[in-house]
Amino acid sequence: MTGKVLAPRHATYTRFIDAGGESVDAGIALYFPGPRSFTGEDVVELQGHGGPVVMQMLLDAVLVRGARLARPGEFTERAFLNGKLDLAQAEAVADLISSASAAAARGAMRSLEGAFSAVVHRIDQDILGLRIFVEAAMDFPDEAVEFLEEGQVHARLTEIAEQLRRLLAETRQGVLLRDGIVVALVGAPNVGKSSLLNHLAGQERAIVSDIPGTTRDLIMADLIIDGLPIQVVDTAGLRESADPIEQEGVRRAREQAGKADLVLVLEDDRSAGNPEASELLATLFASVPGIEARRVLRVLNKVDLTGHQPGVVPAAQRLAADLPAPPLEIRISARTGAGVTTLRELIKDRVGYAAEGTTFTARRRHLDALHTGLAAVVAGLELLRTAAPAELAAEELRAAHLALGQIVGTVSADELLGEIFSAFCIGK
Amino acid sequence: MDYPQTFDVIVIGAGHAGCEAAAAAARMGAETLLLTQSIETIGQMSCNPAIGGIGKSHLVREIDALDGIMARAADLAGIHFRVLNASKGPAVRATRAQADRALYRQAVRGMVEQQPHLSVFQQAVVDLLVEGDRVAGVQTQMGLKFRARAIVLTTGTFLGGLIHIGLEQHQGGRAGDPPSNALAERLRALPFRVGRLKTGTPPRIDGRSVDFSVMEVQPGDEPTPCLSLLGDPAEHPRQVPCHITSTNEQTHEIIRGGLDRSPLYSGVIEGAGPRYCPSIEDKVVRFAERNRHQVFVEPEGLDTPELYPNGISTSLPFDIQLALVRSIRGFERAHITRPGYAIEYDYFDPRDLQYSLETRVLEGLFFAGQINGTTGYEEAAAQGLLAGINAARKVAGQSPWWPERDQAYIGVLVDDLVTLGTNEPYRMFTSRAEYRLRLREDNADLRLTAVGRQLGVVGSGRASVFADKVAAVGALRDQLAGIIVQPGTDLAARITALTGEQLARDVAVLALLKRPNVAIDRLIEALGMAKQPQIIAEQVEIEVKYEGYIKRQDEEIARVRRHATIAMPVDFNYNAVDGLSNELRQKLSEIRPESLARAARIPGMTPAALSLLLVHARKQGGGEARPEVARRA
Repeated sequence: MTGKVLAPRHATYTRFIDAGGESVDAGIALYFPGPRSFTGEDVVELQGHGGPVVMQMLLDAVLVRGARLARPGEFTERAFLNGKLDLAQAEAVADLISSASAAAARGAMRSLEGAFSAVVHRIDQDILGLRIFVEAAMDFPDEAVEFLEEGQVHARLTEIAEQLRRLLAETRQGVLLRDGIVVALVGAPNVGKSSLLNHLAGQERAIVSDIPGTTRDLIMADLIIDGLPIQVVDTAGLRESADPIEQEGVRRAREQAGKADLVLVLEDDRSAGNPEASELLATLFASVPGIEARRVLRVLNKVDLTGHQPGVVPAAQRLAADLPAPPLEIRISARTGAGVTTLRELIKDRVGYAAEGTTFTARRRHLDALHTGLAAVVAGLELLRTAAPAELAAEELRAAHLALGQIVGTVSADELLGEIFSAFCIGK
Repeated sequence: MDYPQTFDVIVIGAGHAGCEAAAAAARMGAETLLLTQSIETIGQMSCNPAIGGIGKSHLVREIDALDGIMARAADLAGIHFRVLNASKGPAVRATRAQADRALYRQAVRGMVEQQPHLSVFQQAVVDLLVEGDRVAGVQTQMGLKFRARAIVLTTGTFLGGLIHIGLEQHQGGRAGDPPSNALAERLRALPFRVGRLKTGTPPRIDGRSVDFSVMEVQPGDEPTPCLSLLGDPAEHPRQVPCHITSTNEQTHEIIRGGLDRSPLYSGVIEGAGPRYCPSIEDKVVRFAERNRHQVFVEPEGLDTPELYPNGISTSLPFDIQLALVRSIRGFERAHITRPGYAIEYDYFDPRDLQYSLETRVLEGLFFAGQINGTTGYEEAAAQGLLAGINAARKVAGQSPWWPERDQAYIGVLVDDLVTLGTNEPYRMFTSRAEYRLRLREDNADLRLTAVGRQLGVVGSGRASVFADKVAAVGALRDQLAGIIVQPGTDLAARITALTGEQLARDVAVLALLKRPNVAIDRLIEALGMAKQPQIIAEQVEIEVKYEGYIKRQDEEIARVRRHATIAMPVDFNYNAVDGLSNELRQKLSEIRPESLARAARIPGMTPAALSLLLVHARKQGGGEARPEVARRA
C-alpha cells in the first residue's frame, strides 16, 4: 500500500498506491504491532484526505489486496475478546461512537458513571425488601407474625410502581437520545423537502448525503432537534407503478413508512384542497399495514404563496374527513420558516421527547426490563387488592425482581432466605 | 471372612436416606444389602416426630410419586395432620403429620423387610474396600467383608459425632448410640472436603407432669389429609391434638443467666448451626426485643406420655434446661425425660458430588442425607431415593438420572447442593424453588410417576392408580372444554346463582374457570355433572387457573435451558477474564460451574459478568455442551 516499512507507533507520511501501482492519495500510515494496540492484534491505520470518492478508491485498493470490511463493532469486540477492554468499557465505546448529539453523549456519561444503575438498584432493593415479607409469609406460616400486614406490602408496592413509572419516563428519553428516531418524509420531488430539512435542523446543520444505488432509492438525512437525533428517510412515492424499478422503490418506501417513528406527508398548500391530494394520505393508510394516525403528520408547505395562517390546522378545516382517524395537519413555509418551530415541537411531542430533564441514555433492553418489571408490579398490586392466593403475588414480585436483575444482577434464593433470617426470629 | 454372596448395591445406614436408597435400588431389581448398627432403629426419627411441612411435604409427595416409603409410613403413623398455607395457594400448600415414633419405625421396617431383593444385616461398618479408584465393598466391625459395585453411604450425624450438653461433651451419633469413628477416619483420609455442622434437639418432657389446660389447643384438620396417593384416611391411627404455649421474660432471664456455660456462646462448638432452626438461647440473644417465643407441644406417640416441645432446642447445661422448661406456662412441674443437646458432626462438601450423588472421588460411592450437609428427614429421604436409583443404574450400566429444578424439589435440592454447597444444615423452603408454581404437592405424581415408571422404580400397583388419576383428570377437562355457556339460558342462570358471575356474552366453561372466584365444584354442580373426587376436580381447576403463569415460566425455563447447553470448560481460567470482580472470580474458580446456566445461579452474578463468561467460554474452546450437560438440553 505504501511501499515502505513502517516503524511501530510512528506516523509516516506516505503515498497510498493501488494494486495497479497508481497513486491514490497521500496521507499518514500508522503501525501498531500487537498486543500493544487497540484490539491487541497487529493494526495498521491509514489516514487519507477524505471525500467519498477518494475514500472509496483507498478502500478498494485495500480490499483488492485481501482485506475485508469490519463488521459493525468488530474492532471493539476484538479488543474485548483480547482482554483489552472490559464489558463496561466496550459498552462505553459503543455509546460514545453512537452518541449522535451532545445531549446523548452527556447522558451516556451519566449512565457510565452509574447514575442509572444506582436508581435501578434502589428500586431492586425495595422489591427485595418486600419479597422478604411475602416469602416469609409462605415459608413460615406458624410464626406469630402477620408478615403481609407488618410489611405494609401493598403500600410499599404502590410506591415502587410509582418509582418505576418515573424511571421509565426518564429512561425512555434516554433511549430516544441514544437511538434517535426515524422520520419518513413522503411527498413529490418539488414540494420543498430540502428546504424543510434545513429549517428543521435549525442551527444544527442537516447533513444530507446521497447513498449510491438506484435513482429510486431512499435519501437519508441526519439532523438533530433540541438534542434529539433524527434520521430522515425520503420515501420517493407510494403510488403503484407499472415500472419494475419504481415498484421496488414503492415497496421500500412502504416498508420505511411502516418502520418509521413518524411519517411526514409533505404537500403543496396550493393544491391541498384538491381531491387528488388526499389520495396520497389514503394510499399511505391503505398500503402501510398497522400505521396509526398518531404517527402521521400532514405538512402543507408554501403558505407564503397561499397566504394561509401557518401552524396547526383547526380540526374543522382538516382534509381527509373520509379517513377513520384523520391525522393532524400543519401549515408551514419552508422558504420563510413560518410554522417550522411549531412543527419541531409537534415532532418532539409525537415521539414523547422532552429536551429538559433528560437523565440517562439507556439501552433498549434496559427499557424492556423496566417495562416487564412494572407490568409484574402492577399485576402484583392487583392480586394483593383482590386477596388472591399470596403465592401469585409472590410470583409477580419474583418476576419484577428478575426483570430488574437483568440490569443490576440477581439475588439468589439463599440470599433472600438470609435476609428473612436476619429480619425475623424464625424457627421452632 | 468374605460374605459368600456378592451384592449389586450396599446401603450403609438405615435412617430415612438409607431406607429409601435401599428400597429404591431393590425396586429397580438390584440385589441390595442394607447395613445398620441396629435393626431396632430402622426408620428412627432422631429429632422431632413430624413428617412434612412447608417445602418438605413437597419432597415427601415426590418421594411418593417415585413409589418411595416415607409418605406411606407417615400415613400409617400420623396421629395429627394439618394442611399449612391452605389459603395462600396450591403451590405453597403443605401437609404436615405428627407421627407416632414407634408406629413410624414399625411401618418403615415392615416395608423394608417385605421388599424383594433387599436384605438387612446388623453390624457397624468400619472400612470401605477400595480397588484402584473405585469402591468394591465394605468391612464390618467383626471383619466381615461384603462386596458390591455400588455403595450408598447414609451415616447421618454419626461421622465424628460429638454431643454437647452445657460444657460437657461426649462422642455419639445420636443420644444413646455410638458414633462411627472408624469409618469417619477412613473417609477423612480420602481427598474429600470435610466440614463440621451442628444441630440440636430440645429436652423431652413427660406429658403426665404437664398442665395442658392452660395451653392453646391445636387440633388436627378434619377430614385428615393423606401424604401418599395410595393413602386412605381410614388407615390413619387415632388422632390427637397438639398444644401451644410460649416462653416469657422469666424464661429469657434464666437463659441469659446460663449463657456462660453454653457451648454455643463459649466457643466450644465450631460447627455452623441452621439459621432457621435456632436454639432457644440463640433466639433470646439475637432477638432480645421479643418477650415471648412460641413452643409447640407435640406428642411423641399414642402409647407414650413423652412430649416434644418444639421451639426450645437447647444445649444449655441440664440445670438451666430444667429451670427454663419449668418457667414455661403449663410446664411448671414438668419432668424432663431426656435432656436437650447439640450435636456436631462431619459433613462432606456436596460440591464433591455429581448430580447422581455419586462422589467425584471414588467411583461407585454415593452419599445421601445429612452426610451431604442437609438437615431433615425429608431432605435425607429424597437424596436416598435419588442415590438408590442411581446406584442401581450404575450397576446396570445405565447413565445417571436426576430431575431438573423445574421438574421437582428433588431437582432443586440436588442442584443447590452440587452447585453451591452449603455452610449450614441445608433445609428445603418453597422460596428456594424459582418455579414454585409448578412444583406443587398436588401434581408431584404428574411430574414424576411416568418417568419413575420408565426408570423402573415405580411398581405396577402405583402405576395403575396413577393412570386412573391421569385418565380421570383428562376426561373431566375434555368434558368441560366442550361446553359454551350462552347468556339467558337456564345454565347461565344456574352459574350466576352458584358463582355470582354475570355472563354478558357466550363464554367457554374453561374460561369461566379461569376467573379467580369461580370454583370448579360450583361449575360442576351448575352443569348437573356427577360430583368428582376432590383430587381430580382440584387438579383440573389448578391447571386451568395457573395456565398463564405456567406459560410465562415455560419461557423463562427455555431461556435458562439455552444457557444450560453452553458448557464452561473444566479448566476454564477465571482469573484471565478481565472485568470480573475478584469475588466472582474466586466463587467461579471454586464452584467450577458446568454450564452458563449454573454460573448464572451463583450469588452475586451479574448480567454483564455472564456476557463476559459467555464470550470467553466460546473463545476458550468451550461452548460445546459436555455430555452430562447436553443430556439435559
